[in-house]
This record gives sequence, structure tokens and C-alpha cells, in this order.
Amino acid sequence: MIAWTIYLTFAGAVIVLLLPRAFARWIALLAATAGFVVTLVTFFRPDVDLGHFTTVVRVPWIPALGMNYHLALDGISLTLILVTGLAAISAILFSWDVSERAKEFFFWLLLVVGGSYGVFLSADLFLLFLFYELVIVPKYFLIAIFGSTNKEYGAMKLTLYSFFGGALVFLGVIAAYVAGGSFDINQLSQFQFPSQLQWWAFPVLFLGFAVLAGIWPLHTWAPTGHVAAPTAGSMLLAGIVMKLGAYAALRVAMNLFPEGFRMWRTTFAVLAVIGIVYAAAVALRQRDLKFVIGYSSVSHMGFVLLGLTTANVFGVSGAVLQMFSHGVIGALLFAVAGTMIYRRTHTRDLDALAAMNLRRALPFAAFTFVVASAASMGIPGFSGFAAEITILIGVWKAYPAAVWVVGAGMVLVAAFTLRALKRSFFDDGLGSAALSAAAPGLSAGKISESSRDGRAALAPITVPEKVGAALLMFATVAVGFYPKILLDRIQPAVEAMRFLR
Amino acid sequence: MNYFTTNSSLPWLILLLPLTSAAVITLFTRRSKSWSAAISVVAVLGSFICSCLVFVRLDISAPEFTWLDIRGTLQVPIGFVLDDLSRLMLLIVSGVGSIIHIYSLGYMRDDAGESRYFAALSLFMLAMLGIVLANNFVMLFIFWELVGFTSYVLIGHWFDRDAAAEAGKKAFITTRIGDFGFMIGILMIWIASGSLVFDDIIAHLSKITSNPAYLTVAVLLIFCGAVGKSAQFPLHVWLPDAMEGPTPVSALIHAATMVAAGVYLLVRVAFLIQASQTALLVIAWIGTITALLGGLIATQQSDIKKILAYSTMSQLGYMIMAVGLTSNEAAMFHLFTHAFFKALLFLAAGSIIVSLHHEQNIWRMGGLSRNLKLTFATFFVGALALIGCPPFSGFFSKDAILALAYQNNSAIFAVGLTTAFLTAFYVSRAIVVVFFGKPRTDLARAGKESPAVMTAPLIILAVFSFIAGFPVFARNFLVVPREKEVAVIVPALAMAALIVGSGAAIWLYRKRDRDPLSIGVIRNRLYFDEFYEWLIDSTQELLARVAAFFDRWVIDGGAVRGLSGATFGFGSLLRLFQVGNLQAYAFLFGLGIVAIIYFTIFH
Repeated sequence: MIAWTIYLTFAGAVIVLLLPRAFARWIALLAATAGFVVTLVTFFRPDVDLGHFTTVVRVPWIPALGMNYHLALDGISLTLILVTGLAAISAILFSWDVSERAKEFFFWLLLVVGGSYGVFLSADLFLLFLFYELVIVPKYFLIAIFGSTNKEYGAMKLTLYSFFGGALVFLGVIAAYVAGGSFDINQLSQFQFPSQLQWWAFPVLFLGFAVLAGIWPLHTWAPTGHVAAPTAGSMLLAGIVMKLGAYAALRVAMNLFPEGFRMWRTTFAVLAVIGIVYAAAVALRQRDLKFVIGYSSVSHMGFVLLGLTTANVFGVSGAVLQMFSHGVIGALLFAVAGTMIYRRTHTRDLDALAAMNLRRALPFAAFTFVVASAASMGIPGFSGFAAEITILIGVWKAYPAAVWVVGAGMVLVAAFTLRALKRSFFDDGLGSAALSAAAPGLSAGKISESSRDGRAALAPITVPEKVGAALLMFATVAVGFYPKILLDRIQPAVEAMRFLR
Repeated sequence: MNYFTTNSSLPWLILLLPLTSAAVITLFTRRSKSWSAAISVVAVLGSFICSCLVFVRLDISAPEFTWLDIRGTLQVPIGFVLDDLSRLMLLIVSGVGSIIHIYSLGYMRDDAGESRYFAALSLFMLAMLGIVLANNFVMLFIFWELVGFTSYVLIGHWFDRDAAAEAGKKAFITTRIGDFGFMIGILMIWIASGSLVFDDIIAHLSKITSNPAYLTVAVLLIFCGAVGKSAQFPLHVWLPDAMEGPTPVSALIHAATMVAAGVYLLVRVAFLIQASQTALLVIAWIGTITALLGGLIATQQSDIKKILAYSTMSQLGYMIMAVGLTSNEAAMFHLFTHAFFKALLFLAAGSIIVSLHHEQNIWRMGGLSRNLKLTFATFFVGALALIGCPPFSGFFSKDAILALAYQNNSAIFAVGLTTAFLTAFYVSRAIVVVFFGKPRTDLARAGKESPAVMTAPLIILAVFSFIAGFPVFARNFLVVPREKEVAVIVPALAMAALIVGSGAAIWLYRKRDRDPLSIGVIRNRLYFDEFYEWLIDSTQELLARVAAFFDRWVIDGGAVRGLSGATFGFGSLLRLFQVGNLQAYAFLFGLGIVAIIYFTIFH
């Protein structure tokens, strides 16, 4: 049944092309919602075995090469499918006002979503690779056609990085096929690959996938790509596409080559730790709001990679939870920056925004951004906290020293998030410091009322935007209050993986 | 639902009421200020009533649920601990919280963001009560962080003022540095004992105490959390700045409850702390240094709220000192009395500030005892309690701590006594300058008494500031042990410090229009902020700059463009060979033939 997520989404994409333009967004929304409903039904069905990568569909495809159209499901993929659906629906809602080449826009958007569903469900290496590459092309068009700020450069950079990663992945996939004699992930995960092969094939595969997860130092596509992309593009990038890399690194690289994983995991842990701190530090210096969020994505994805490298049930389960959490929070942050702010003010420069007193002009956007920032900083009550603490427990067991460095990173995350929050919404930019120094007694309320009229000419936040934001906020709060709902489904699937046994 | 069985949902109600209030205000009543205020006040009063019921029922317990569960190894329940300690703390938090909610009705009446204020206040009550009720480390940490966040929101309530926004940020980040140590400490305890629940850790205490060095490190890391939240040296710098928040917030969060959470935490995990002598000594001395530092800096401040802030820091130092000297009772006793008289002082100061149209500089006040009679009287009661004048509550609690120090560590006792002298000095200075002499400005001359909704809480708190120390009141549940021979000498010395300190201040500050005593180093808070600014500039900023530079020019510019440059260069090289010129092809063809002949013949 879960396979219908793929079919519904692709069917939606085709129908978008066939029907008149006016229907495009509705069709897209319908397709995404249908996929999400399918996911929810599966999610709450008690009879689905999520502890193993259980086959859903298996049809011979190219029997000569042993390729099958083979889909399977476990708790990890279900979690990611869930966040894909959430990000897709909200991305469409935040693109409600796209009028130019709308059919094309929603077509590409649905292709990204459908391809991602495919990656998360593939139980055949070749099929997974195919879906993985399939996501890259529509992503390029989304950015290059509908983007802003340096869009050709951003789109090209992202595509080149993706293809570079894809080339590495292809190498690894061929190696696994030649040595293991099959494309079936479940079969390969039982196969004993020679150590020699694992030693080189694991880093090739892991790195190839991790490029898309923004591993340091191959992360620079992420900020530029996010900035160049249209809102829905950045939401999908942060919400889904970066997870593709991390998911595939876990499902394929770590699962197939446990020995190679053991040999290399410290190296990748170091890269992940550097990424967390480094990206947070860079974010502190950015002036473009989207760049701040872009680098924060890299920092948060560093947590995912670090969690994966711990090779224990805490770290890996936490990493999957963090994928969900960052998918929701990242999408929310980009939604605020891209649509709620940029489409209205036509600037993302923090200094310019500081002068606009957006809190008064766009109170709902301010509220959303406060929630998203709090979630992003790992305040309890939001999903990020549960994920990060689970990861840190795992890291403490595997690499106690890393926790200290990561802690510094977390302080930096708080610093740049609060800075962005203040500059974008809670700053009047009128030199209020000077004002209150001159008259320290004056209550702030009085200053603000007198000094700013006629600024609030921005269009109010629309209903689709509110619904999209509410959906994401609900998701992060729900998981933050009760992370067990996801962890209970993630943990058995993680425990079934070979590198843990 | 049965509220009075041994398995009752009453403790849940304590938490759910403020949570509901915060949610309802945020979702539905943001437009209506009066509704928001009413909901918030009702919720906190409800919590208070529930707390009272919990307080009188000794055998109560509550159902719990599992929040995080990695099967087999890690369980994090949301469950409650309901011992004497938490029940007392529940009363303090919800009681003082109720009074301050009511006071806020008056104080925030004309504020545009009143709904936001009350939503945040409700959320704070939830978080603070959650800390008190937590029966395990992670739950405590969850609410601990939540308290930090609501504190950030409330300090920055008037975010239009740059200073307020900056102060919120500073408070959040500074306490987060401490929280980070706290978190690692929790992880260390969990690794060693295999559990996060306090009772289980006590049951397996020997697993941790068998390795004293490990234990000491873990305990000191947990103490880091308290250092941040309770504004102890060297993470104290955020507390004075936090006074940018509305005054009721200063009273509730930055005097009575949140900053005391650090003390509560240490008392809660005293079973760990007391297993490490080194940690105890460090804690005692950090507290002592903080007490002295706060008292010293308070003597030279001219903002009335800053004086009280440094005073809070100093009194928190006393409490931490008591924890370090292994007396939980003394620490909690002082926490208990301090919650009342410091909240009272802040609210009275708020009453002054409102009547003087948000004037906070004591040198622009003066002679206020004439116009603000009730405010003056209540402030005076609070001041007497603070300086430890018998029979006010502060006398008993401070005496308990000083007696403790006297018995255990004479150096700490000496510093504690000096701090008592400083306390008397700065409090008397403030009273003389603010309430006596001639009004120094027109504002001070025209000041009017605040409305009853604000003065009634002052009176209630004044009564408690007076009686909270009496044996009948506090000592029923706080047994403070003391020896006979110190019963005379310690109070005598303390009284001497009090009289000398107050006398000096009155003599020095009577009928002055400017501060006769100006010591730049103290006035400038011993340059802690400047030092930290320099430190941040030279580390975090440097890191950020270097990383940003590196990202832009080395990784992106050098490596990536270099790579693409190499690809491009290779492409142009290939293009050279595809010139489309027949002669060139012929030439290359010939060259190739020559090369092949060369290699076949000569190799």
C-alpha cells in the first residue's frame, strides 16, 4: 500500500501537465495529500512489520542482470516518508502564489517528491540509484528556472556536486554488485564482502551519498543551492533532499559494508564534528537570512552524520529522528525566510530587514519564526531536542571527546539563531539604543508607537501559508512532546541492521 | 478521576494548568489582553491550590508516562518526585508566582504586548514547576532549558529596546554554556549508574562513588548548570543585564524562582555532591566568591534594579555556600525566606519605577517616603529582612548559614561576614538615597502611590518576609541544626556587621545629591563584561571570521573553483586538438606516426 505514495505522486505530476494551468496547484496539493494520507494509514496500522526491511512489491525488471522493481519498508524509511509528505504538502502550500509557468513548476516539484519516495522505499540497489539520480534533474530545473539570487550558478553547483556524489555512488554500487552478485539490498546485507573491498568501497559509497547530506568539506553546494532555490525548492532541499544522502548512507553504505564502516567511521565522525561547529561559525557571519539558514542546515545535518558514525542504537536512532526533525524545522525556516519575508520585502539582507520592524507588519510570520528558531536551537518541547539528546547520548558512548566540541557548536547555534531572529523580526533598526540611552525611563511601548507608522504596507500572511506553517509547527511540537511515537518505529529497524550486531 | 488517592492526577494538574493557559492564550486570546491576563492568573492560582493540596497530603503519588525509550537501555519517564523538598518548593514557586501574576495585572496594564507577556509567564510557571517535580535528570533538564527559553522571551519583552533584546540573548547564551556542562554531567552519571531516575541512582550509588575522580568531574559538571542558572561567578554577568525585563519578571524569575533553581538542583542531587569532598569545597568557594562579588558591586550601582540584581547574586552565593558546606536545610531555608523578601523588594522597586514613569536611577529619586508611604513601608520590611535584622526572616536564615560556616571553615565565615557588612551597607545606601532627603527631580516630587492591585501583593509579601523565619512557620519542615556555643557569637558578629554597615552608609549618604564614593573598578562591575567581550571577540568571532573566510575563499574559491578550473583547463587543452584545421590534423597525425615508430624501434 505504501508504494502508492510513489504512484500517486507521479500520477499527480502527469495530470498537472495534462490539465489547464488553473488546476496545477490543486492537483499537486491533492497528490501530495493523498500520499501523506497513505503514509499516515500505514504509520498507524499495527500489523505492519517495521522491524525489518519488509518487501512491499517485487517485480522482475531486467532478470538477466538480476534487477528487480523491488520496494520494501521499515521504520526508518517510514519515518522519512512521513517527513517527505509533510515537507511536500507545506512546500506546495507555500508555492500557492506561483503563477508563472505554474504547470511546469508543480510538475518538477512532484517529481522531486516522487523520486524521494522511491529512494526511501527502494530495496534494489539499482532502483535506488535510479530514483536518486532522478531527483537531481527536476531539482536543477526548479532552481534554474524559478530561483533567485545567482540561480544558474547555484543550480549548476548543486547539480555538479550531486553528479560527483552520484559517480562515487555508481562506483560503489557496481562494486557491490560484482562482488555480491545481486542488487537486492536485503540479500547483500547478509553477504560477507571481503575486507579489502569494504575498505575502499565503503568510503566511496558513504562519501558519495554524504555529499547530498552536506558533509564537510563538500557542503558548499548547500548554502548557495538553498539561497538560489525558490521557497519550495529550499524547503524540499532542506526537508527531503539532504535526507536522501543521509538515508542512503545508512541503508546502503553502512548496511552493506559493516567492516568498512568500522574502519572509517572515526574519520567521518571527525568530518561531521568539524561540519557542526564550522557551519555554525560561518552562519554567525552571514548577512543573508537564507545563507544563515543554509549553513544551519549543514550544521544540523552534521548531527545526523555524527549520529550515524556512533554505530550504536542511540546515535543511529537519534540520527534518523534528527532527519525527521530537521526536515520539518528546515522547511519551516525556509518557508518563513523565502515566502513570508522575501516575497513581501524583496530582501533577505539582515540589516535591511532590521529596519522594517517586521514583527508588527507580519506578526504571524514572527510567531512562526520564533517557534522555528526555538526548535532549531534544540529547546525542549520541539523535535530537535529529543533528536539531539539521543544523538549526544550515542556520541558520548562512542566518542566522548566529540561531545565537548559539539557542545561548543550548540552554543554557536544558539548565538547565530538568536542573532538572525533579532535582526529579522525584533529590531527597529532606528538606533533604538541611542534613543533609550537618551531617555532610559521611557517605556518601550511608547517609543514604538510613536516612531513607526505607515510601515505596515506588506501583504498579510495568506491562509495557505498559515496552514502550511501550522502543519510543520504541529509536527515538530508533536514529536517534541512525544518522541516515542517515532522512536518506537525507528529503533527496531535500526537494531536489525548488521553493523549493530 | 480521584484526586485524593495515593495515585492522583493532582500533580499533573499543577503542570497542565499553566500549559493550557499558555496554549490558549497563544492560540485564541492574543487579541484580548484582559482575557489573556485572566486566564493566566486563574491558571496560576489553580496551580497554587493544587500545590497546597499536595503539600498537606503526605502519601500522594502520581502516574507517570515514558517520554523517551530506547528499549533495554534508556528510559526517560515524565514522573514526579513528591518529597518534603519538592512540596515546599512547589509552594514557594506557585505562591510567589500567584502574587506576582496579580501584581502584573497592574504593572503591565498599559502594555501593548500584555497577552504575549502572560502567555510567557504561564509557560514559565509550567517550566519552573516541572523542574521542581522532576524525578529524573532528563526531565529536569527539559524543563530547565524551557525555563531558560521563557526567561529569554520575558527579558526581551520590550525588544524594541536594544538593550532588552541584547540582554535576553546574553542570558540565554550564558546559561546555555553552563547547561552544556550540566548535560555532560548527566550523561556521565547515566553511563556510570545506568539510570536517570534519582531514586534508582541512589539505589546504585556505589557504582558511581567507587570512582571518586569520575564522580567529582561529573558533579562539578552538573554544578556548571547551577552556576549558569543561579548566576554564580564566573557566569554571573547575565543577571544584572536581565533587569531589562519588566520588573515583575525580575521579581519572579530573576529573584525568587528561576535563579534559585540552581540551588534546588544541587539540593536535589545532594546525595551525589556529598560523596565528593573536592566538589563540595569548590561549590562552597564559588558560592562564597559570588556572595562577596555581588555585595561589592552592589555598593556602587545607581540603578535600583541593578542594586537588587547584584544583591540577588550575592544571596544566591550564600545559598550555594550552604550547599557546599553540606547543609541542604540551611540552603533551602535561605531560599525560602529570600524568595519572599527579594520578590517584595523588586515589586516595591517596581512600584517606585511605575510611579516615577520608569525612572530607575536612585540619584533621580529622593524623599519618596513621603508620597509612597505604603511602598516605603513594605520596601523597608524587605530591606530589614535582607540585611538580617532580627526578628525578620532573613536574620534566621542567614544566621543559619553563617553558623554553618563558622563551624566548618573560618575563611568562608570571614568572607560571609564581610558580605553581611556589605549587604547592610548597600541596602541602607539605597534606602537613604531613595526614600529620604529632598526629592532630586520633579518626577520624584510628583510621584503617586501605585494602585491596590500592586500594593496588596506588597503587603502580603511583607507579612511573609516578616514571619517566614519564625520557628512555627518554616522550621516545621526545615530542621536547621545548630550548636549551642555558636548560638551567641555568630549572631553577635552578624549584628555588629549589620550596625557598622548601615551606620557607615547612613553617615556617608545622608543628604547627598551625588555619590560621594566613586570607585571606578567596582562601578564598572570589575570589568567582567569587558573581559568576556574581549574573550568572545578573540575566540568565537575569530572562529566565525576564519570559518567564513575559509568557506568562501579556500573551499569554495580555491578547491571547488580550482577543480572546475582544472576541468575547464583540461577542456581547453582538448579543444586545442580539435582546431578543425586540416594541416593541423595532418601535422598531429604525422607526429603520432613518428612517435609510434620511435617507440616500436627504440624500446
